[in-house]
Amino acid sequence: MANASPNPPPVTMDTFLEGIWRENPIFVMMLGMCPTLAVSNSVINAVAMGVATALVLVAAAAFASLTRKLIPHQVRLVTYVVVIATFVTIMDYVIHAISLDLYNALGAFIQLIVVNTLILGRVEGHASKRPLLPAVVNAAGVGAGFVLGLFCLGAVREVLGNGTFAGLHVFGPHFQPWLVMMLPPGGFFVLGAWLLLLNWIKARGARRIADKEVTDGIG
Amino acid sequence: MGSDESLWSIFINAVLVNNFVLSMFLGLCSYLGVSARYNTALPMGIAVTFVMVVGSLCAYFLNELLIYFDLEFLRLISYIVVIASAVQLVEMVMKKYAPAVFRALGIYLPLIATNCVVLAPPLFQTARGYDLVQSLVFSLGAGCGYILAIVLLAGLRERMQLANIPSVAQGGALTVILAGFLSLAFMGFAGLGG
Repeated sequence: MANASPNPPPVTMDTFLEGIWRENPIFVMMLGMCPTLAVSNSVINAVAMGVATALVLVAAAAFASLTRKLIPHQVRLVTYVVVIATFVTIMDYVIHAISLDLYNALGAFIQLIVVNTLILGRVEGHASKRPLLPAVVNAAGVGAGFVLGLFCLGAVREVLGNGTFAGLHVFGPHFQPWLVMMLPPGGFFVLGAWLLLLNWIKARGARRIADKEVTDGIG
Repeated sequence: MGSDESLWSIFINAVLVNNFVLSMFLGLCSYLGVSARYNTALPMGIAVTFVMVVGSLCAYFLNELLIYFDLEFLRLISYIVVIASAVQLVEMVMKKYAPAVFRALGIYLPLIATNCVVLAPPLFQTARGYDLVQSLVFSLGAGCGYILAIVLLAGLRERMQLANIPSVAQGGALTVILAGFLSLAFMGFAGLGG
């Protein structure tokens, strides 16, 4: 396992950006859906959740990368789960200490970070096979992608469902809130709409390239 | 400590009103992943329910033990380990008695261990202070709710394979929107219980 990649690829900007766009955990990989939808009914909750998850992810990735030659292959999953659970417990206490309001708003979902497939997947599939720097940079990128995805969902849901953005009113006093956006179905619909939009952009891009090839061929 | 909710109301609450998947967004990874076909959705639901009940039972006694020794900060870690063992147990039983289903579920079966829907009942029952019977009824209800949700979605998705859908909507987007409609339907139960 330790010799999986004799020549590790250099750490480039792409190591970081990969997690934000090409392998965005929410929109492309569809990982970590549960907290995504559950806490994305306001911008602040969504971003706080994203940041907490990203910090746990980076810490766990650093740990897995440093101990990649010490942990036997057979027990790696259990080890990683326990490591992640430790960091999540720390995060739980930290959020409790910083802001009680936030702690109550996020509720059990802070502890549920531990079962976020995004973290275990990244730690097991990526960080445990790479040296410290690329592992941490990549984990930070994926974490940033997760925050970005949560922000996209939270912003749409809060603006439509409550008429506010991070607590500030955007539409003036006569806005009739679109309540369903704050409720569970809204989460599914907004995520579905984002996925549709991204699929459409991707399909359009692919079509453009295909068209270009055709015209190039003719010309 | 303790909660005086009646058992019936806890059960209905967990199955319909606060359905774990559709109104609390728990276990969405397996929900979106395994629901493509009805034949795998049902066994998956049953496996999840079983793990939930076993996990909730173990977690209840574990929690008593942790409180006795003043070790509440170890709660999360110990719950996770207990659930992982319960999943292992289900895996072994399934491999022996239902090898076809075992193969069909593939990677999603071990992944139950990192499924939030399974970790949630122990956490919620601790937070709400349910006693032993209440905890069991709660986790059973949560499991039934999961089965109901995943079987409904699997039925819808099987129908969708015959439908002519635009290419942009294929895959994840369609599934998520279908789940949204189901979730909208389940909101109708909100007046029930409470």
